[in-house]
Amino acid sequence: MHFKIFDLGLLDFLQAWDLQKQIFAAVKNNYLPAALLLCRHGPVITIGRSGSRGNILASAEELASRGIFCYEVERGGDVTYHGPGQIMVYPIFNLCLGRKDLHLYLRSLEEVAIRLLFDFDLRVVRRAGLTGVWSGKQKIASVGVGIKNWITLHGMSINVKKNDLDNFSLIRPCGMNIEMTSMETLLNTQIDLDLIKTSLTFQFKKIFGA
Amino acid sequence: MAQVILPKLGEGIDQATVSYWFFKVGQKVKAEDDLVELVTDKATFNLPSPASGTLSEIFFSEGDAVRVGEVLAVITEESNFPVFRPEPVCN
Repeated sequence: MHFKIFDLGLLDFLQAWDLQKQIFAAVKNNYLPAALLLCRHGPVITIGRSGSRGNILASAEELASRGIFCYEVERGGDVTYHGPGQIMVYPIFNLCLGRKDLHLYLRSLEEVAIRLLFDFDLRVVRRAGLTGVWSGKQKIASVGVGIKNWITLHGMSINVKKNDLDNFSLIRPCGMNIEMTSMETLLNTQIDLDLIKTSLTFQFKKIFGA
Repeated sequence: MAQVILPKLGEGIDQATVSYWFFKVGQKVKAEDDLVELVTDKATFNLPSPASGTLSEIFFSEGDAVRVGEVLAVITEESNFPVFRPEPVCN
């Protein structure tokens, strides 16, 4: 599958959401074969279709004081946090061009993250029944997607920076009592985001056959 | 009449949960309109209407689990044939 890459830098969540919908329409109408959006967001909490506001532990006042907005979105999964220390990956792929298989698509996203992290000498794993990528019992990459007409929306977040994990304490991530980790935390060194984007794009091309 | 059937969603996925109906019974729908949203694992999946017509029956409510191959709803299709309307008779 050939896809166009949009490297968007730091982008407001709502703008990225809107852009996803515009690109989705372009893919649906065959103006574009597929797209891969890479970006980072300012602090934001999103609630997936299986989510509950009860999994946001912080009060509305506390979130407001930190400038964190909450949005209900049309992806699977529960509550999560996004911040500038993560790389967000939004593939807008037409699964009709490959295999129409939700399970395979979710596992393929995980595989991209596993190989990316392997490139940085991190050994991470899947956990049965717990979609995402894990370092032991700590989560490092989260997955949540929406599919319409077999075209994908939303996608995956990978925790990169060490200093952006505190805000996960404002929520119960994925509705569970889990601990999050990041690449910098595990490697105990600073990581260049551009290096990650290069590796990420390479792994997407390998896994999704571009 | 067109049946709305939960298709195969992927290997190992044998059911999904209805999360949202975009239309109510009795409303008109067009082919390809998003009809119902389902959730499974960490994915939502929108099922489009298979035909244009009226959503005449819904068999699963929001929150219900549906197995692959089960019928979620029925669309009563609009007839493709022209309707014969007799000229009014003048008295």
